[in-house]
Amino acid sequence: MEQLIQQIASGLASGAIYALLALALVMIFTATDHLNFAQGEMAMFSTYVCWQLIQLGVPFWPALGLTIVFSFILGLSIERIILRPLHGSPILSIVVVFIGLLAIFHSLAGSIWSHTIKTFPSPFPNVSFAGSGYIGAHQIGMIAVSLIMLFALFAFFRFTPLGLAMRAAAQNPVSARLVGVRVDWMLALGWGLAASIGAVAGAMVAPVVYLEPNMMASILLYGFAGALVGGISSPGGAVFGGFLVGVLENLVAYFGNLTEKAFGIYIVGNGEKLTVALIIVIAILTLKPAGLFGRTTVKRV
Amino acid sequence: MTHIKRRTVLAGLGAFAVTPVFAPAIAQKRYDEGASDSEIKIGNIMPYSGNASAYGVIGRTSEAVMKMVNENGGLNGRKINFITYDDGYSPPKAVEMVRKLVEEDKVLLVFNPLGTPSNTAIQRYLNTRKVPQLFVATGASKWGNPRQFPWTMGWQPDYATEAAIYAKHILANNANAKIAVLMQNDDYGKDYFNGFKAGLGAANQKNLVQVSTYEVTDPTVDSQMIQLKNSGADVFFNITTPKFAAQAIKKAAEINWKPIHYLNNVSSSFASVLKPAGIENSQGIIIALYRKDANDPQWANAPDIAAWKAFMAKYMPQGDIRDDGHNYGFSVAHTLLQTLKQAGDNLTRENVMKEAANLKNYEAPLLLPGIKINTSATDFYPIQSVQLARVKGESFELFGNVLSNESV
Repeated sequence: MEQLIQQIASGLASGAIYALLALALVMIFTATDHLNFAQGEMAMFSTYVCWQLIQLGVPFWPALGLTIVFSFILGLSIERIILRPLHGSPILSIVVVFIGLLAIFHSLAGSIWSHTIKTFPSPFPNVSFAGSGYIGAHQIGMIAVSLIMLFALFAFFRFTPLGLAMRAAAQNPVSARLVGVRVDWMLALGWGLAASIGAVAGAMVAPVVYLEPNMMASILLYGFAGALVGGISSPGGAVFGGFLVGVLENLVAYFGNLTEKAFGIYIVGNGEKLTVALIIVIAILTLKPAGLFGRTTVKRV
Repeated sequence: MTHIKRRTVLAGLGAFAVTPVFAPAIAQKRYDEGASDSEIKIGNIMPYSGNASAYGVIGRTSEAVMKMVNENGGLNGRKINFITYDDGYSPPKAVEMVRKLVEEDKVLLVFNPLGTPSNTAIQRYLNTRKVPQLFVATGASKWGNPRQFPWTMGWQPDYATEAAIYAKHILANNANAKIAVLMQNDDYGKDYFNGFKAGLGAANQKNLVQVSTYEVTDPTVDSQMIQLKNSGADVFFNITTPKFAAQAIKKAAEINWKPIHYLNNVSSSFASVLKPAGIENSQGIIIALYRKDANDPQWANAPDIAAWKAFMAKYMPQGDIRDDGHNYGFSVAHTLLQTLKQAGDNLTRENVMKEAANLKNYEAPLLLPGIKINTSATDFYPIQSVQLARVKGESFELFGNVLSNESV
């Protein structure tokens, strides 16, 4: 029982990691209607920038603030310079650009900062409290940050004219342009915001998994799973999906291990936890293709 | 008739007389593809991109060592032309690059290709073409098999031997130890684990109370560490690569699990494992070592460390001196230089292989005191000795004797 609670707590903590990256994916999907494969590597690159600022003596929060601004400009520039000429190109060309960006940021980070893993400071105080045997202070901070980001994002899209304009630009560029939305800039803004969210995600994740160029590679996979199971167009769904995937994989391993101990038969274990979690994700998507909280879009043909 | 006969005999005798004069001259300079009076071509593949790109520094270091040799007049009067390609840690790409090295660049030998999957992929090709695959950068136990693969040789101590040494040490201290194992779920992890089980012996398999695996794609090993703690084990054998090793050490401290901790040599770096995990969390961890950690203060005055530091300052000023790949590359590159030095002017592939199998008590730079490289026609495992050490402060405290394969 003790272990079950520990496993769920640890699942929630890794779920927060997935949720944060899933939010960045939702952001860019809502704004541009694309899934950005380079999202993880961009977040990793931003985290290195943040690390560099901290090394130069800037305190954590101002360093993160500067990194968010840097990432925003970086995302904006990528859209303006690299993706703008591709407006109206087939989706495959854009996917190739995403993969190219992934490789570029990966190699760039490796050659600038080397591949040795680096420790990244946690902004949260290392205190013990009731239940600290189950979950660390940083993990709780991470869950809190992902929830705060979720509400900020929700409010932005739901209640601000800019958020509305961005949604319109992504979903129906022609009509949006007709009612006076500057569609091109909305897309660039979406990239900037997604890169900023990625920077926050990176800074939260790095103290746990250590900073290195491969940091985000595997997390991106879980982030995708989380975003899809919750509904790629819904920030709330993405965060829920992230937590769900995190807890599910731990429980699969836990119960697999338990059966092996009790009956001596190995059915599932640590090796299959991602597989089983993804099978559950596929099952959910088969039943509800738009995800648990996604809106089903009906198109008239 | 007799007259002619006698002349023939005399001519024949003359030929005999002359032969010994020419023979050493012919033996002195013999070349295969890739070697000449002025140059020795060495091929190398490394993962400069992709998931294992962290190891790329090993290739860069070897390249810089060759540059240093060339600037100091070359090796036996010949310049070394070091050609290194990126295989991205992908076996198909490794085959493609090695074919390019052998067929287009016409290298004399392929040196220190990295990774068990890549080396497995190129082994048959190189052995068929009779091109040396020297001092491969992997600790898998299968590289020292001269009967089946006479053109392939390993370098570092193999994982199975190392694991067996830990197993013996555990049992010697506590025959009833309850052992938990964390292991990467691939060939590398299994090689260690099988060596460990063999070291425990059939009668002691019951001591293994929990084995948890992780995939390289797992973001963390937190869940596994909780399983291991709850198994009630008092000894922990940690078969993980650097990032996961650091995570495991840190998590063990977070959940307040304090077993006797054995860590595999793969993760013996202060810079990339023990410091990130927290020095206070790493105290007392037991590791088998065969090389010096260049950043360990106890070696500050060793001449080979000084030589390495001077080399780094001059030839790799951009390099991260905390990265252990620089130590590894420096040491393995010198082993190749020693082999070529022994081969002298007879630079055929066959002779290079013969000399690689004829290293006697060679003390490559950065090896621990007392650890020497020995090979023979039947022994294709250059380094077979390790010494156990405990993490103490920011240094390794060596204890016990130098242990080798035979003494296990």
